[in-house]
Amino acid sequence: MEFCVSEDQAALRAGIAEFCEGRLPLSTLLELCQAPLDRALWSEIAELGVFSLRIPEAKGGLGLGMAEGVLVFAELGSRLVPGPLVWSSLVASLLPGVEAGTHVVTGLDRIRASSDPILVEHLDGSDILVVLEAGGVRTIATSDLKATPIETPLDPLTPLHLVDSLPTGEKIGDGVMSRKLRAEGALLTAALQLGIAEATLQHASEYALKREQFNRPIGSFQAIKHFLADMLTRREQASAAVYAAAATADGRGVDEPERAVAVAKLIAGEAAHKNARQCIQIYGGMGYVWEVVPHLYLKRELVLESVFGTMDECADLVAELLASRAAP
Amino acid sequence: MDLRYSESDQAFRAELRSFLERAVPEHGSPPFRHDWEARRAFDTGWQRKLFDAGYAGINWPKEYGGRGASLMEELVYYEEMAHANAPYVPINFVGTRHGGPTLIAEGTEAQKAAHLAPILRGDEVWCQGFSEPTAGSDLAALRTSAVRDGDHYVVNGQKIWTSFAHCADFCELLVRTDPDSKHRGISWIIMPMDLEGIEIRPLPTLLGESDFSEMFLEDVRIPVSNRVGEENDGWRVTNVTLRFERGTAWASDIILLQQMLGNLCNLAKRITRDGAAAWDDRALRREIGHLSAEVDAIWAMVKLQVSELAKTGVPGLGGSVIKLAFTELNQRIHELATRLLGRAGLSRDDVAGLPNEQIVDKYLNTLSLTIAAGSSQIQRNIISERMLGMPKEPR
Repeated sequence: MEFCVSEDQAALRAGIAEFCEGRLPLSTLLELCQAPLDRALWSEIAELGVFSLRIPEAKGGLGLGMAEGVLVFAELGSRLVPGPLVWSSLVASLLPGVEAGTHVVTGLDRIRASSDPILVEHLDGSDILVVLEAGGVRTIATSDLKATPIETPLDPLTPLHLVDSLPTGEKIGDGVMSRKLRAEGALLTAALQLGIAEATLQHASEYALKREQFNRPIGSFQAIKHFLADMLTRREQASAAVYAAAATADGRGVDEPERAVAVAKLIAGEAAHKNARQCIQIYGGMGYVWEVVPHLYLKRELVLESVFGTMDECADLVAELLASRAAP
Repeated sequence: MDLRYSESDQAFRAELRSFLERAVPEHGSPPFRHDWEARRAFDTGWQRKLFDAGYAGINWPKEYGGRGASLMEELVYYEEMAHANAPYVPINFVGTRHGGPTLIAEGTEAQKAAHLAPILRGDEVWCQGFSEPTAGSDLAALRTSAVRDGDHYVVNGQKIWTSFAHCADFCELLVRTDPDSKHRGISWIIMPMDLEGIEIRPLPTLLGESDFSEMFLEDVRIPVSNRVGEENDGWRVTNVTLRFERGTAWASDIILLQQMLGNLCNLAKRITRDGAAAWDDRALRREIGHLSAEVDAIWAMVKLQVSELAKTGVPGLGGSVIKLAFTELNQRIHELATRLLGRAGLSRDDVAGLPNEQIVDKYLNTLSLTIAAGSSQIQRNIISERMLGMPKEPR
C-alpha cells in the first residue's frame, strides 16, 4: 500500500498551480463574470494536459490515471477555473479536437429522471453538448439547440442557458458507457469540490491571522480556532475519500468502485459546502461583499453539488450497498 | 495511490486469520461486567494467547519480545482483530500501548527486564496515574508531590479516572518533584500497587460501572530506582510514547463502527414504525448512508496517514484529526441507533425478544471518548495551533 501522493504527482499538481497563479489569479476572476469562454485560455489549459491526462500514451495522451486526474482537478477547483472542464475531460478520448482544446464540450447528466429545467452550463463557449442518459450517450451540436440565456446565473463564472428540448443528435455510446462516464464525472467533480474545501480553509486561516479585533488576531479566539479545526478535518476527510475513490477507479483499490465514488462525491461536497460557508462567516462583513472571493466558492459548490449525484443521492446509494452487504 | 496490500501483508493476514478463527471461539464470551476477578482472568488470558502465538506487542521491537511488525502489518492486525470480533481487552491497554513502550524508549535495563516480558505475557497489569482533580486538560498542573527521603520518594496526593486501578499490579505515575517549575518539575515513576498508603475508591461511571477509580496516595514510599528518565524530565518521558502512536490507534474501532452500521440496517428491517419497517423510511436510510460514507472517509484518512508515515518516517499531526473525527462520528452513529431502538432502549438488557445489543449503553459509553485522552476542544486547539499556525492559548 502506497496510498499517499507521490513526488511526481505533487509536481504535476504544482505545475497546474503555477499556471493558474500566473494566468488566472483570483484577483482577476471577477472580471471574467459572465464573459464568454476564453478559447485562448482553454487551449493553454489543454496544453497543460488537463484533457489528455488519462488518454493512453499510444493514443497521444499522457497515459496517467484517475489518481493524477483528481489532483489536477483539485487544483483547478481551488483556483475556481471556469469552463466545462469535467465534461471535456470525460469525452476527450471519444471526440476529436477535445484533447487539444480546439473543441469545447459541455454536457448534461440525465441518467436520473427529474423535473429540473434543462439548464446547460457554458453553452455559448461550447461546440458540442454530450448527454448522459440511462439508455446511452449522445452528442448534439450546440448550434442545433434552441436556447435562451439565463440573465443572472447563480455562479457568475458559470453562464447558463435554458434549453426547451433536446434534438436527437448522434448516439456515441450505450448505457454501460453512460454509467461509466457518470462515475468518472462524479469523481472529477468531487476533486473540484475538494479543491474548494482546501482553498476556503486556506483563505479563512490567512484572514484569521491577519484580521485583528480586540487588539489580537481573530485566529487567537477559540471560537474561530475550532471553526478552522473543523474545516481542516473536513478537508482531510475529503482528500482521503477522493484519493481512495481514484485509487479504486485505477484498479488499485480494495472496495466497490461504485461505493467509493459515492463516498467521495458526498464527503467532498459536504466539505466544500460547509467550508465555503464557514469561510464567509470568518470573513465577517467582508465575506458578504461581491468583490471578495468567498462567495464565489460557495456558488461554484452549488453548481457542482447539482451534477453527477447530489449528496442525498450518494447517501441513498451508500445505504443501499451497505444494507446488501450486511444482509443476513 | 494504491490501497492494495502487498503479498507478504496478505500472507501475514492469512496466518493471523487462521489463528483467530481458532482462538477467538476457544476463548469464549466475556464474563459478567461486575465480576472483576473473572474479567482480569479473561483479558490477561487473551493476552497470553496472543503472546504464545507471537502476536503480542505487535509494534514492539523484536528484541523486547514484540512482533516488530511493519506499519502495514500493524494495520492488517487491527483489521483482522475487528473482523474476527476478537476480545477487546482494555485491562492490558496501559501496559501494552503506553507503559511498556515508555519503558522501551526510556527505561533502564533493569526496568525493562523486570516489566516488559510480564506485560506482553499478560502477567502484569498496568494502570495510569496521570489526571488529578485539578489537572485535567491542563495535565502539567498536577500537584501530587514526591519528596526525596534517602533512596525513596515519599508520595502524597490524589489521582482520578484511574481505569482498572483495583486490578492493576503497577501504575505509571506522574508526580511533582519540583514545585517551582511547571512542565519541568514532573517525574515519571513506576508505582507497585501493593505498597502501603494507596487507597482506591471506585468512582461509578454514568453507566453505574466501576471501571475507573479515585486513587489517594498517603506517604507512599517508592524506590528512586523506579523513576523512568531523569528527575523533573517526566513531561518529556510522557510524550515519547507518542512516537509509538502511528496513526493506527482507532483502526479496529473504525471497522467495528462500519460493522455496526451494517447491523443497524438489519435492525431497521425488523423494527416496525407506523405500520411499516423502519428501513422503509427514506430519511433513516439516507442518514445511515451518510454516516457510513463518513466512516469510509475516516478509514481512508487512517490509510493515508499510515502510508505517509511509512514513506517519510515522520508521524504527522493527523492523529488529532482522526481522534476528533472518529469520536464525534461514533457518538452520532450511536445516537441514531438509540433513536432507532425507541422505547426498547429504555431497558438496558434485551426486552420483548428484541436484541438491543446494549446500544444505549454503548451510546452513553461513547460520551467518554470526546473527553478522555485530550478532549475534542483540546484537539481543536492543537489542530488550529500546530497545523494552521493560529496564535496559542495563554498557558
